[in-house]
Amino acid sequence: MTEADAPTRPPLVTLTGVAKTYGNGTVALAGVDATIKQGDFVSLVGPSGCGKSTLLRIVAGLIGPSAGDVRWHTTDGARPADVGFVFQDATLMPWASVLDNVFLPLKLRGIARDKARPQLMEALARVGLADFAGAFPRELSGGMKMRVSLARALVTQPPVLLMDEPFAALDEFTREKLDDDLLELWRSQRWTVIFVTHSIYESVYLSERVLVMGARPGRILGEVVIDAPHPRGPAFRRSHDYVDHCAAVSAALREGVAT
Amino acid sequence: MNGEDKALPRAMRVVVPVLVGVVFIAIWEALVRLGNVPPFVLPAPSAIWTSLVLNFGSLMASLWVTLRVTLAAFLLAIVGGIGLAILFSQSRRIEMALFPYAVILQVTPVVAIAPLILIWVGYDRIELALLILAWIVAFFPILSNTTLGLRSADHNLRDLFRLYGAGRWQVLTELQLPSALPYILAGMKISGGLALIGAVVAEFVAGSGTGTGLAWRIVEAGYRLDIPRMFAALFLLSGLGIAIFFSLTWAEHLLLRRWHESAVRREF
Ligand SMILES: Nc1ncnc2c1ncn2[C@@H]1O[C@H](COP(=O)(O)OP(=O)(O)OP(=O)(O)O)[C@@H](O)[C@H]1O
Ligand SMILES: [Mg+2]
Repeated sequence: MTEADAPTRPPLVTLTGVAKTYGNGTVALAGVDATIKQGDFVSLVGPSGCGKSTLLRIVAGLIGPSAGDVRWHTTDGARPADVGFVFQDATLMPWASVLDNVFLPLKLRGIARDKARPQLMEALARVGLADFAGAFPRELSGGMKMRVSLARALVTQPPVLLMDEPFAALDEFTREKLDDDLLELWRSQRWTVIFVTHSIYESVYLSERVLVMGARPGRILGEVVIDAPHPRGPAFRRSHDYVDHCAAVSAALREGVAT
Repeated sequence: MNGEDKALPRAMRVVVPVLVGVVFIAIWEALVRLGNVPPFVLPAPSAIWTSLVLNFGSLMASLWVTLRVTLAAFLLAIVGGIGLAILFSQSRRIEMALFPYAVILQVTPVVAIAPLILIWVGYDRIELALLILAWIVAFFPILSNTTLGLRSADHNLRDLFRLYGAGRWQVLTELQLPSALPYILAGMKISGGLALIGAVVAEFVAGSGTGTGLAWRIVEAGYRLDIPRMFAALFLLSGLGIAIFFSLTWAEHLLLRRWHESAVRREF
């Protein structure tokens, strides 16, 4: 899992000339090319409204591109069935308890609740909500709801994880803890993660590669490779390497504003 | 919040309206007595009470007829309204084809259809005719509310279900119906009252053919100028309407209190 074996990883999904114009005429994306390799941790950063969520939805197959195509390098050429998705808002079912919300992906697969219970409690414990299994979404804070949504995405142990600013609503402390948990999971499970964030620091801390996007029209301005070794910890956050990478991402973003 | 703070306004919500009612009845009684108003113009509450007691048997039998028709029409409206709405949600084409007719059924005044239905069904099966008429009035609010509710499921949640490969049936039972529940209950509250109105109107139109429901008791008492009995039947009808309304409100409270904004108690 270091830069040494990175180039040898096979590609998982390739985007070529992906563009999206919404029904109301908004050009959200104009020609995005990118390749995500198996086991990659890729962050998307860019200003608000540049089409990060749109791109993630296209990768997930929730909306189709208006031009270009998304090619999965799976045996059947289709998106893997088991994809975890964390929406920008928590997107919980208000009528169901926290436990039942996390249970949803398993329930839809026909797994019985009693059998799933240990798995559910583990997922809740991972996000620090084991004591809130019986609570309803409206009884939780915004950050707690987001963590439920995270637990739901993780409960199936998906090999591909798409996350849309999952930690944006959290305090710095919780955020750093969940960042570390996510990295740990990613390292041990060899998942592929596409992670949308507003935070340059978070993107550098987590990813192998940061794709920098620009707005109007949405496109990819450049890529910053973060070749720091894993496991990363607090020491990495204080290293020169880290600061240099942050500066590089920041510069790439500014370039987008200037042009 | 301490217990007293909560208990006080709660009790007041019952006590105040009851008190108003008692004062109103007292003034009514006093006016009729002091003003020597003849009972065929306005009977005193005591006279209405006496009439209610004297005619208890026949009035209760009539109440039972009206109640039976109303409840049956209401239940069938729930089944038909929700069932049709589910059908519509599964196929836009079916909705396109049938919805206009549901609207026509709704906008045509029931009084105008009543004679036709009565003839078709026949006076020997009068209760069935009443049932059909009450159903026509009651089912539309449930249909239109459920249709709206099934459509109003959160789009991101829909996407999530799709992402996890949920089938149509799962989307319906796990997502659309729970999302629609508040809408369905609101429709049922309207529809419960309408079922009663439909039953009463149908009885009026059917006239002496029914001879048994509460509405017919009112007409009959009117012919005989037995105004106290008319009021007695009227009060029973209102009571029935109130009972239906409050049971539905209570059901709504029970079903929604944990999660829906309309039912949860606000913290201050
Ligand atoms: N359903 C939609 N219909 C029409 N336009 C849309 C829709 N969704 C997004 N857009 C537009 O597409 C553009 C990109 O939106 P998108 O949500 O992908 O941005 P984003 O990069 O995720 O922004 P943020 O960081 O604020 O979440 C915006 O200009 C937005 O107005
Ligand atoms: Mg977004």
